[in-house]
Amino acid sequence: MSNTTLRVVLGLTVAALILATAPLWAGRADLRLIGEMMSYLALAVLWNLLAGYAGLMSVGQHAFVGLGGYVLVIGTVSMGLPPLATLPIAFVVAGLAAAAFALLLFRLVGAYFAIGTWVAAESVALVFAGVPAWGGGAGISLPADVVRSIAETREMREFVVYWLLCGLGIGTLSAAYTLIRSKPGLALMALRDNPTAAVSVGVNISRIRFWTYVMVAALTSVVGAIIFLQKLRVSPQAAFSLQDWTVAVIFIVVIGGIGRLEGAIVGTAVYFLLRETLSGYGVFYLIVLGVVAILVVSFSGRGIWGLVERHLGWSLLPTGRRMSA
Amino acid sequence: MIETSPATALHAIGLNKSYGALAATRDVSLSVPAGSALGIIGPNGAGKTTLFNLITGAVRADSGEITLFGEDIARFDARRRCLAGIARSFQVPQPFTGLTTYENALIAAAFGRALSEKAARPHAREALERVGLARKADMPAGNLTLLDRKRLELARALATGPRLLLLDEIAGGMTEAECSELVELVREIRDAGVTIVWIEHVLHALLKVVDRILVLDFGKVIAEGPPETILRDPHVTSIYLGPEEIQA
Repeated sequence: MSNTTLRVVLGLTVAALILATAPLWAGRADLRLIGEMMSYLALAVLWNLLAGYAGLMSVGQHAFVGLGGYVLVIGTVSMGLPPLATLPIAFVVAGLAAAAFALLLFRLVGAYFAIGTWVAAESVALVFAGVPAWGGGAGISLPADVVRSIAETREMREFVVYWLLCGLGIGTLSAAYTLIRSKPGLALMALRDNPTAAVSVGVNISRIRFWTYVMVAALTSVVGAIIFLQKLRVSPQAAFSLQDWTVAVIFIVVIGGIGRLEGAIVGTAVYFLLRETLSGYGVFYLIVLGVVAILVVSFSGRGIWGLVERHLGWSLLPTGRRMSA
Repeated sequence: MIETSPATALHAIGLNKSYGALAATRDVSLSVPAGSALGIIGPNGAGKTTLFNLITGAVRADSGEITLFGEDIARFDARRRCLAGIARSFQVPQPFTGLTTYENALIAAAFGRALSEKAARPHAREALERVGLARKADMPAGNLTLLDRKRLELARALATGPRLLLLDEIAGGMTEAECSELVELVREIRDAGVTIVWIEHVLHALLKVVDRILVLDFGKVIAEGPPETILRDPHVTSIYLGPEEIQA
């Protein structure tokens, strides 16, 4: 193992340990907040792979968050499955749905693709809103016995969900890092920087795009299932919320640094910092978010991390290959 | 019937490509013997780069046949043509700007040769050494000078292990000294057995390397032959060269 790899593994392990032991030193509200940050970190890492690397500007990822939430509820309520058993199902269902979407959406490029993903997401939401057995437009709650099956006490249940979210946040980040350090990662970086040149040196960009889209959707759906395991209730509006699961995530990645793994981390930190300090100010909070977004993208196409990287030469998760090595 | 001899590196018959009413190439045929170098000249907009796009598969021809060392590649997409041994350098260099020089070459070696990343490393290193970029291997490709970007185009093409190398105006914008350096490099590559097709406006550079010249105008081949014949062809000189250039 090289020195840099060792440092990254060590860094991620320490972060995981600190997060995992948080129930010992942090309060309930703090745990909820950290858990939420972790869920956004995971969503941001995934959207960054999709848009920042594979060049697929999807604005319809809420389709898969919602799908995950509904798989959780339908699996537990209608099929009597334990909540955790629904996670792999969410993964598979969303992966298959994404593969089906890809058949249609991959015929579109650029802005047309973006709009297509949005329309696809709204269609999925309409389907779930239209089935009375799944709560229709009002939504459906997890029954008490299902909730208890997660853990007996409320405290323990919150810990379990918290740990799942942390595992997901750190796990997604580690997986993305491993991916970018592997050969498919080279293809993704080539695709990010110059699709024309990538094709001309033999990179199969349709295959890498397809699999990125499918895998990101599958994992996004697992994140969704765990998010709603915490909320204990799904409704079409909440599960398929454009603002919560797509717009916020795009904000995070774009201000943090699109096309850089560190971008998701920085963006999540900035987003929550702004939200926690300004949420009491109503509309003013949204104005600040907008101003921050405009300022950041005006000065750096690669977000805050792009500036840090350019001027300070820092790298938290180095993915570079050196000839000398 | 199309000739399928492996001694012919590239054989194209009747390549047509139109964009709406505009015919970018019209019935273009060409044959390049293995190990030789063909120069392509013609005015701007004559269809030279389109021809390259048709050969590499970046753009699909409306009609026409094309073989590479006797193998029919007409139905191959750009990626499979690269794997079959066609590499190109772009007229405007297209580096992966967020990556280092070495990573640029590594990607070409890994995907162009279908190798694991580890197995691709020596090929990437060799390509950079060959074009004289080894000392800048770990520099961001976005920071390279124009000459170095052109070198990188070559290195990346070489890293894919090409049998046929298509060069698109690599001498353009170079100083005299830089130009001679590139010419030397292209000769070395040809001498190593790589077949070359080279689009170039800088004629004196082209003439130091190529065995034959093909002239395109309005998408059509208007002449093809040894440089001395072509440069004296009145049809060619009237539309392209101008009277002074032949005397030089």
